[in-house]
Amino acid sequence: MTSTLDEPAAPAGPPGIDPATLHRPEGSVDVPIQLALFRQMVRMRKFETRAYDLFMENLVKGTSHLSLGQEAIAAAFGEAMEEGDYTFATYRGHAHTLARGSSMTGVMGELLGRSCGVLSGKGGSMHLTDVQRGVMGSYAIVGAHLTIALGAAWSAQYKGERRVAVAFFGDGTTNIGAFHESLNLAAVWKLPVVFVCENNMYMEYTPIGAVTAVANPAADRASAYGLDSILVDGNDADAMYLTAREALDRARNGGGPSLIEARTYRSSGHSRADPGTYRPDAEVAAWKAYDPIVLYRSRLVARGVREADLDAIEETADGDVETATVNAKASPAPGADVLMRDVWADGGSSWRN
Amino acid sequence: MAQLTYRDAVARAITQEMEHDPNVVFLGEDVGGAGGVFKATVGLLERFGPERVRDTPISEQAILGAAMGAAMTGLRPIAEIMFADFFAVCWDLVANQIAKSSYMTAGQVSFPLVIRSGNGGGLRFGAQHSQSVENWAMAVPGLKVVAPSNPTDVIGLFAAAVRDPDPVMFFEHKGLYSSKGEVPDGEIVDTLGSAKVLRPGGDATIVALAAMVPRAVAAAATLAERGIDAGVIDVRSLVPLDTQTILREVSATGRLFTVEENPRLCGWGAELVSIVAEECFNYLDGPPLRITTPHIPLPSADALEDMAIPSIERIVTTIERAMQS
Repeated sequence: MTSTLDEPAAPAGPPGIDPATLHRPEGSVDVPIQLALFRQMVRMRKFETRAYDLFMENLVKGTSHLSLGQEAIAAAFGEAMEEGDYTFATYRGHAHTLARGSSMTGVMGELLGRSCGVLSGKGGSMHLTDVQRGVMGSYAIVGAHLTIALGAAWSAQYKGERRVAVAFFGDGTTNIGAFHESLNLAAVWKLPVVFVCENNMYMEYTPIGAVTAVANPAADRASAYGLDSILVDGNDADAMYLTAREALDRARNGGGPSLIEARTYRSSGHSRADPGTYRPDAEVAAWKAYDPIVLYRSRLVARGVREADLDAIEETADGDVETATVNAKASPAPGADVLMRDVWADGGSSWRN
Repeated sequence: MAQLTYRDAVARAITQEMEHDPNVVFLGEDVGGAGGVFKATVGLLERFGPERVRDTPISEQAILGAAMGAAMTGLRPIAEIMFADFFAVCWDLVANQIAKSSYMTAGQVSFPLVIRSGNGGGLRFGAQHSQSVENWAMAVPGLKVVAPSNPTDVIGLFAAAVRDPDPVMFFEHKGLYSSKGEVPDGEIVDTLGSAKVLRPGGDATIVALAAMVPRAVAAAATLAERGIDAGVIDVRSLVPLDTQTILREVSATGRLFTVEENPRLCGWGAELVSIVAEECFNYLDGPPLRITTPHIPLPSADALEDMAIPSIERIVTTIERAMQS
């Protein structure tokens, strides 16, 4: 083992990306935070792996979008954000919701359409929301939530609160109008908002490069809105965490919005229905070898963290996932009383007298 | 009591609500420095400052998204979509996001916001700046839909909309902005979901909305001279809908006529006719009848547009013929 405490083993870098183009945030991450990041990623991975198994058992109906392989991004922001900050996620939002501390039983129950679901079964996998923990919603129409994050940031700015809104989205979002409207207005109003593009290289089934005029779909557009171009290794939890801290601090201190493009890869297909066969085998293999959790475990061990401590984190996560699964399976389907509730703020749904 | 235009009533309504609650903020295109393209928001920027009255770029999605995000985090935004036709470029925010998120989140969030918009025709603006789209909004669960016909209602219903905990689509009629009415002094706060009987009638009930209301009232006056006693109801609010007032009046007269500016198919009057047919069929003396714009885009030329939108004359002759047959 050649690395020292100050110099963790440098990863080879994300496949196919010139390392010179990557943002290298300043500072280092302390071990307790690294352990927290590891724990976050492991929980996400094990949760979504179980969710996939439950689809196969037909216990999760409809569709679901996993972020297996992309965990470092949600984990980093989960640790870097403060209580009171706002998360706006997409239909691929399981990890981002868990990252803010939402109950696994609540999220699992929602996927299974059970009463214990965080939305009582009325939202499902694509709409996870947990306002008490700052998860202001998961939005299933591409681009919409970037505009909604503007409003939460505007509200914080208007009231003089030091809150930041963070919107996560995929590479495909950079080609829809709402993306551009949001960046422009955020820049003009200097809003405390961080836009996080998780570039997993595919918009659904199509390579993003085949349908985008620039190589880096988010970073190369930043200059159009007077923002820094930030391309970061989205599979490096430390780099993600430090980059998240920079952007959150800037927003919190009145420095306005940031746009971060995190390069990553989803291990699975776009959705439940997609085996992902359109991707070259070599590309899949290269990214599989650059798995954020495998990388991070090696780095922590190299830094002197005991394997047993990491094993314990994994075992605890296994137990949490099992408990959530048992709880969700045992929870009844939502009843008819839920069906007609909550169209209006008073809890009702009446439209006439 | 003072004479006020519908246009000035809008500014007075926003002023009243911004003074009432510091969490009320206002955003839209040209609403501040320019005072609105219809001059309905003149003086608000000077009075409340750029933190509360915010000019935006031409970004309708961003306008409504910002209003939604602000509403779910403690503010009570008023957003302007300049022409109601422009809802077509930001309908995702209206129909998918704002309308559904309370339900989808099992009530975790609510949206106390108002979206005001210039609706309706008669100004020779052509098919993309003249539509009546209140029935688009009415078709989406989770939206309240209001369309005032006079300056007093502009203020009272707007105040009710701003103070309501749910999203309200507030359709101002462009053709009414220069119309005038007597408006009481002081604060005015009305109630959503309350239709108003403007004229009781013994023979027939005419139900109208927004710019069709003054035409219905004028038509009823002419019909009275010809021996037909037609009452007029101003619906005012499509969601919530005051069916009780309408059912009561129609049950008494036995005849229902709706006057709608929207194109024919699935206009609000169709829903009303269906409710009347289901719930007071036995009181009817003849078929309910809808007087609407034909199912066509609105033309630009004044001669053509006047033929398309229900006129006083068309209302009179349609009802007269129906009552005589």
